[in-house]
Amino acid sequence: MTAPLWPQIKAVTGRDLSRERRSGEVAWVTIPFGAIALLLIPLAVGADIPLLRRIGPGLFWAVVMLFGILIAVRRTAAETGAQRDLVALLGIDPAAGFAGKAVASAVLLVGFELIVGVVAVLLYDIDLTRWPWLLVIVPGVAIGLALLGTLTSSIAANLDSGAALIPFLVAPLSVPLLLGATQALDPLRPSNGILPWVMLLLAVDLVLAIAGVLTARPLQETR
Amino acid sequence: MSQVRGPISASFPSDREARTDVTDSPVVALDDITVRAGASTILRGVDLVVAPGEAVGVFGSNGAGKTTLLRVVATLWEPSSGTGAVFGTDIAGPGRYDVRFRIGMIGHIPALYPELTLRENLRFVARVRGIDDGEVDRVLTAVGLANAADRKVVDCSHGMQRRSEFAREMMLEPDLLLLDEPHAALDPSAVELVNHLAARVTARRGAVLIVSHDLERAGDVVSRTERIEGGRFA
Repeated sequence: MTAPLWPQIKAVTGRDLSRERRSGEVAWVTIPFGAIALLLIPLAVGADIPLLRRIGPGLFWAVVMLFGILIAVRRTAAETGAQRDLVALLGIDPAAGFAGKAVASAVLLVGFELIVGVVAVLLYDIDLTRWPWLLVIVPGVAIGLALLGTLTSSIAANLDSGAALIPFLVAPLSVPLLLGATQALDPLRPSNGILPWVMLLLAVDLVLAIAGVLTARPLQETR
Repeated sequence: MSQVRGPISASFPSDREARTDVTDSPVVALDDITVRAGASTILRGVDLVVAPGEAVGVFGSNGAGKTTLLRVVATLWEPSSGTGAVFGTDIAGPGRYDVRFRIGMIGHIPALYPELTLRENLRFVARVRGIDDGEVDRVLTAVGLANAADRKVVDCSHGMQRRSEFAREMMLEPDLLLLDEPHAALDPSAVELVNHLAARVTARRGAVLIVSHDLERAGDVVSRTERIEGGRFA
């Protein structure tokens, strides 16, 4: 018999984080590339501080979206057929498998956001007067991207040219996350206009979580 | 180089007694199973019955449908037509999810995570199944991998990877063991190990299904053989 749901989620999360710890892909490839992407824009537009300050938050979240989805997609997309068979025969509840993968990706994404965020603040002189909102927005975006990446790569795993379709699946679905994050931190927005955007972000997270759990079994079995 | 070979442990770990839920009902019963994938037909009207305590060998050439047959029996591939049951449960029905934990499978491609060590791979399995971590070291020792337990899979030879899969199945103790080309590229002691593993399952009144293009090395384990060619039993 399998363990209860929570130990299953912990086991899957632990497996994925151990795989990342040993491969170092996020730490040594994705994070440096994300930082470099942020570095290139000031080089292109020059030392126009007001402009950089204005576009900084939007660019930061765009980089988080583009590189973050790579983190979320990588693990699930890299799963072999033999590994998927093992997971099915071990009796892991597909919803627990989905949740475990998403939690591992979210942890990695929070790390990515924090490190690349420091680079963004230094390069773009981003206004941090509303920093308490980041305590909700940073994990909110990480969870949303993690759920989206896990869900889309599960869908893509069942398609012949699945990996090539991932960007087309992810791009439209990540728009509400990007909008929520950028609009909430727009320095020109009045303080009382932030909450609706944060609520949008959290609502998208909730919808993705429900969709992921409900489709986990059919997606596992459709092979 | 770590010592990874050696005789099969005298304390081949199996504290489990014979199954107590055994009836005379077959463990596997396939009736007129056909599997299609796109335009091709992989299995054509296959009938197969495997009784408790029986080890059946299915041999055939490459592309004969052996691996597909195993995946159908493992409830991982829903047949296009025909009926089948494993432990009396319809292989295409929702009840199949509940019998999967009784099925162990070692495919011809190792189901291991290459970045993880052998011990980490088995710990993942143990934790999912609620098995004590101590059992991992016990089975790794039994298959002669105690000194290689902290080696990453990607740094292990094919034979070592196979041994660690044998260790996994020793730990899980399935009632139905499915083996796909289990003897390929193995040294004699590993061949003895997999045969011993199969014998333990049948001794508990479980069942074993081995598919291979060469069943000679299955030795005395296999009690009956079938030949498959072109997706049907000859």
